[in-house]
Amino acid sequence: MAVSTAGSPSVSRRLSLAWLGLLPFFLFAFAFLIAPAASLLIGSFRDSQGALTFQNFLDLSTPSIRNAYWLSIRVSAVTAVVGGVFGFLLAYAVTQAGLPVWVRTGLITFCGVASNFAGVPLAFAFIRVLGRAGVISQMLKNDAGVDIYQLGFNLYSFEGLSLTYLYFQFPLMVLIMAPALDGLKREWREASANLGATSLQYWRLIALPILMPSILGTMILLFGNAFGAYATAFALTGGSLNLVTIQIGAQMRGDVLHNPGLGYALALGMVVIMGVALGLYIWLQRISERWLR
Amino acid sequence: MKKRTNFWGWFWVLLAMVYFLVPLVGTLEFSLEMLRGIRSFAAYQAVFDDPQFAETFLFSNQMALLTIIASLALFVPTAYWVHLRVPRWRPVVEFITLMPFVIPAIVLVFGMIKIYKNPVVIGPVMLLQAPTNSVLGTNALLVAGYVVLAMPYMYRAVDTGLRAMDVRTLTEAAQSLGAGWFTIIVRVILPNLRAALLSGALLTFAIVVGELTLANFLDRPAFGPYLWLLGQHRAYEPAALSIISFGLTWAALGMIYLVSRGRGGQAQVAGAR
Repeated sequence: MAVSTAGSPSVSRRLSLAWLGLLPFFLFAFAFLIAPAASLLIGSFRDSQGALTFQNFLDLSTPSIRNAYWLSIRVSAVTAVVGGVFGFLLAYAVTQAGLPVWVRTGLITFCGVASNFAGVPLAFAFIRVLGRAGVISQMLKNDAGVDIYQLGFNLYSFEGLSLTYLYFQFPLMVLIMAPALDGLKREWREASANLGATSLQYWRLIALPILMPSILGTMILLFGNAFGAYATAFALTGGSLNLVTIQIGAQMRGDVLHNPGLGYALALGMVVIMGVALGLYIWLQRISERWLR
Repeated sequence: MKKRTNFWGWFWVLLAMVYFLVPLVGTLEFSLEMLRGIRSFAAYQAVFDDPQFAETFLFSNQMALLTIIASLALFVPTAYWVHLRVPRWRPVVEFITLMPFVIPAIVLVFGMIKIYKNPVVIGPVMLLQAPTNSVLGTNALLVAGYVVLAMPYMYRAVDTGLRAMDVRTLTEAAQSLGAGWFTIIVRVILPNLRAALLSGALLTFAIVVGELTLANFLDRPAFGPYLWLLGQHRAYEPAALSIISFGLTWAALGMIYLVSRGRGGQAQVAGAR
């Protein structure tokens, strides 16, 4: 069977069937990705008797669900912005500040590990260190006389969860921003220096505007990364924190919303928010590719 | 001025190191303190002595292996075919491989259970008993779910590997020597993809071993749920297991770094968990 000997009619007829080679992939994607998503979509438009309804989406505005979305959005946004800013600063430090190569290699490899070190083990590590009986909490209490729990800190709350998420958010930012910072051309800096610009002016007027789409895009990626996370939050708080993913998990264990359709609408709302985030990310990525690489 | 930049560079690096290392060192310290007053590996000993550790860890590794095999069998021919014969379909295929980013694991498993707790029916014909009713069916669902979770990384790894070689020339050369499609893929394309596939496979391993969401809701005896359960009524063993998990992630990522060295390091990052 020839790869391409264009022209003869038998080949062109065979080419029109060439997409059949993708059939296994499409069947798999349909069975385990598209059909599950579609069944949630359909389920969210049905009431408990199976009739068409929009009530489930109206019910999303009930206080407990609204609060779940709001908390998920806050945790994701805060960890995206804080992780983004500090991640950018660390990426700047390892690429631009003239540090030895081994520091760069070591930190980048560590960031690769840390951004994959999520879920149950990460939650346990934070409980061990900053939980009520954690190593640091106890050390501060006994040695420095500072009881952080008395001061209002709580690992099993918004701040604690955000601090934990940052452990994989911030390295992800470093991993994506380091190559982008490498893409800044030396000529731009030299040209600006020749025209009398200070280092601050170079960053404010040239480097940051070029990097901005990439910075914002990566922050959006971080947002989605935190928004969809379940295992870390569940292992940390045991399901007591009212996040959207935790609510979906509770709904799967038992019909806590007293309406399966509402659970499907809840999940669908998540997909919509993630879809918007991914769309924005792809758009910003396109813009940043005009300048970098 | 050079000095100042260096100062801030070191400042951010040290700050990051503190944040990175404190949870690890704290957990490591704690894991060594099982016996009062002395440092020992008693917690690690207890972990390895627990038969459930071996069972769940073995189960998760089997699932990881099956996931890797299934995703290679699915994505290598697909990406190859897209490169060679149907480049027009590339946007469609790439769109589908990005979909798992939009559908979080918890939503995916919600949808999978909704469909597959019932028999699979097309019109009046029943194709399958309800998959969630049998061990084999549930394990298959788990692996399928993992293939979906790994899809964006695995497909991209294969795609990047194929871009780096001349697929058409290699294929035509093999064909002119009389090779069939199977021979071409297994003996020509796969060996050239080795580094890319190994990276994808190791990342898949890092995602699957220790995964909680899918394993938990499909109720499989995997390592992630075991770790979580252990954390509910033990103190020292979970700390030891966290350190072991970190070591495993480190080993997997370190190997990716080794096999992909000099190929332009791309960020190897798994999704949210």
